[in-house]
Amino acid sequence: MVDSRSWDWDTGERHVSLDSLKKKYRWVEEPYASPDGETVAAIVNVDEGEFTVCVNGEAWGETVFDKIWHLRFSPDGRLTALVSELGEWTMAVDGAAWENKFGYIWEPRFSTDGTAIAAAVQQDMRYAMVLNGKPWEQTYANMTYFAMSPDGRHTAGAVQVEDADSGEIHKFQKGSFTAALDGQPWDMRFVNVWNLALSPDGAHLAAEVRLNLYDYTIAVDGVPWESRYATVWEPVFNPVTGTVVAPVREKGMWRLVENGKSLWDRRFVQIWHQMFSHDGSRLAAIVAPKYGRWTVAVDGEPWPATFTQLVTDATFSPDGQCIAALAKDEETFRVVVDGIPWSDTWDMAWQPVFSPDGKDVAAKVEKKNHYTYTVNNRVWSGSCDAAWEPVFSPDGTHLMLRTVEAGNYVRRVVPVSDIVG
Amino acid sequence: MAEPSKKEATKVVDEGIDVGISRLTEEKIQSVINSVIDEETGARLKTYVETCVHCGLCSEACHYYLSHDNDPHYSPVGKVKQTIWEMVKKKGRVTPEFIRQAAIIAQTECNLCKRCAQYCPFGIDIAYLMSVVRRIIHRLGVTPLYIQDTAHSHSVTMNQMWVKGDEWPDTLQWQEEEAQAEIPDLRIPLEKEGADIMYSVIAPEPKFQAQLIYQAAVIMHVAGVDWTMPASMGWDNSDMAMFTGDNELMGRLKRTHFETAARLKVKKIVMGECGHAFRSVYDMGNRWLGWAMPPFTIVHAIEFYHDIIKEGRIKIARKYKPPITLHDPCNVVRGGGLHEKARFVAHAICENVIEMHPNREHNYCCGAGGGVINTGPPFKMTRITGNRVKAEQLFGAKTKGAEVLVAPCHNCHSGLHDIVHHYEIGLDIKFFGDIIYEVMEKPA
Repeated sequence: MVDSRSWDWDTGERHVSLDSLKKKYRWVEEPYASPDGETVAAIVNVDEGEFTVCVNGEAWGETVFDKIWHLRFSPDGRLTALVSELGEWTMAVDGAAWENKFGYIWEPRFSTDGTAIAAAVQQDMRYAMVLNGKPWEQTYANMTYFAMSPDGRHTAGAVQVEDADSGEIHKFQKGSFTAALDGQPWDMRFVNVWNLALSPDGAHLAAEVRLNLYDYTIAVDGVPWESRYATVWEPVFNPVTGTVVAPVREKGMWRLVENGKSLWDRRFVQIWHQMFSHDGSRLAAIVAPKYGRWTVAVDGEPWPATFTQLVTDATFSPDGQCIAALAKDEETFRVVVDGIPWSDTWDMAWQPVFSPDGKDVAAKVEKKNHYTYTVNNRVWSGSCDAAWEPVFSPDGTHLMLRTVEAGNYVRRVVPVSDIVG
Repeated sequence: MAEPSKKEATKVVDEGIDVGISRLTEEKIQSVINSVIDEETGARLKTYVETCVHCGLCSEACHYYLSHDNDPHYSPVGKVKQTIWEMVKKKGRVTPEFIRQAAIIAQTECNLCKRCAQYCPFGIDIAYLMSVVRRIIHRLGVTPLYIQDTAHSHSVTMNQMWVKGDEWPDTLQWQEEEAQAEIPDLRIPLEKEGADIMYSVIAPEPKFQAQLIYQAAVIMHVAGVDWTMPASMGWDNSDMAMFTGDNELMGRLKRTHFETAARLKVKKIVMGECGHAFRSVYDMGNRWLGWAMPPFTIVHAIEFYHDIIKEGRIKIARKYKPPITLHDPCNVVRGGGLHEKARFVAHAICENVIEMHPNREHNYCCGAGGGVINTGPPFKMTRITGNRVKAEQLFGAKTKGAEVLVAPCHNCHSGLHDIVHHYEIGLDIKFFGDIIYEVMEKPA
């Protein structure tokens, strides 16, 4: 976790002009704000085939790249982007490109604390993961799904280890894929490997696997569960016990299983995005208790309130006692906390954020292209052209709101009480 | 039904079917058929089977039947009789040779176009019955090679053309650079969270037809659309698994697509000019996952063009001069009701629109849809000779002066190309996007 205690939590606001950049460059791409709100950055086009990044109005060092994309701040506030120079690609961090260059780089990942950065890379049509600039020693003919351990020490990928050319369907069905942890492949071959999960300590790797065209299961450290299913979804590790939990489908219905054994008695039309509370004691998932109705189930019990279109972005409070999510009916979203939908509806909403003590919930929301925040079902009075997710101060008394207003980036710290009353 | 039958059995060499058949036993066949019927079909299949009175009114709806001089083997009810009825009647006790013929019929002699459902007095959805046969064929491992390979591509890459993870964003950046030679500040915004629209395409576009992405980017730019394209899996909206009966894979593909839209926080998904993908996203895949309707508003390219033209977001500098005729794709017309919007677009951008007959929801299928073109070279002539009636329909439009055939669907495009070439009709084939790009006002 990122320690935000050293950030400036004094009430007030600071502005950085964004409009002024438009006069300096041919175009300015969408801005990104740092986690502490002190920095705003955007990719800018200097001239034909010449790009840099503007950070609080200043160019990102002297290097101009042929192309820059996927500008993002790491959780620890470093500014990263995928950059191209003379036909080679790599990651740039705070303006400095990694020494190793590649044929292509994509799908960057950050560790929870932001100290580790990984990505998928291709060099000479061989594929690998790169971690903090250092690629795996092993490379593969293809790599499709990627994962990074929360502590950032390990990376994994679904990799092709047997050649099977297009059209060789029977060879393909014998299995040409497996998973690799830190570059080392499992021994067993599968028809498909999808959605990898690494245990919190990075020592164990789980994945969805298809054994033939019809039998699916979960493999952990290269060993498939004995049970076979019509299909499965992504596995997750219990952060405390290390057991693996996944949704499985049988006879047209879904249930949750743990290490291949039934976990929840109840079956659902759909289950996915299962998640543990931080202490591993509670388990929730997004479910469809009946066809066309969606909600969250906690420890097997669905909320009574259900929604027609979508339930997404569910999250536990830090103490694991509450769950917030977004629900969509028709074309509008609402924040839902512990099954109670908030009163206001929005054209779009972002994942709710709990205060450290779990008592307050805030979310970035948007209606008719105006952005604002909703906190405990009260709406902030401001209206913005763009916004980032709200951040609670460590003591939970203040919120940092990062917005774009009238051509300026604004970092604003407000007391939570100003919004919730 | 007309008599007598003229159909002669033809041996087609297809490794997917042949190897699959060689592995079958009658016990396995019976087990799989009864498993699918008992566990996956329910009241719908039972109702259809028990309601059909064998009147044959569906026959005249089918382009295969009409193109084979009213041979009843090719009538919709005839195809049902040769496949699922026998399976139900015999409680799954059919031979491997029967399964071979059922695979050929269901996968290559029916486009799942649903024209016949309109002619059935009871509204029986024969495409559904053929889909049940395809599901059985999949479970038996007898799917034709080319479309099975496409399903394998879907399973690995979540796209239908084995496009690798790096090749997709690299292609978009290449097209962005190409387009910047024409419009210097044009962007193809990748991974732009919170954009209004996620634009999704099918994999042949980055693989073979990258100019379509270029054209779409120009249209988006000029119309001032706040749009994005994903840089990771989920960008491809196509779905041949839907047509092989691999429903589990279909669900996986659609989940990936919808969750990409959810991740990017877009309000709508705008799709390129593809018909079957619309069926998968709007009807089949979403419902298999438990959504009664898609979780995001789905806007097919026809509707998108209609809206931006009607709202004045793009302007037509000069209408397209060569006379065009418009093909109504099954999945977005019978399946989506977009035929009048297609005509609005056609008349807005073209000087002369000549209707082919029949048209709108009564239009004949291109013969490529339903995954038939994806069964590849072994069955190419099956679909071309099975759609002589389409050639006659196109000749009719040509006779009235049409020079260009507009087909706002990828599979239609490819299938009609084969028909136009084989029957020497002499029509150029274009997407709406080709013409809009050509005639719209662009920055000087």
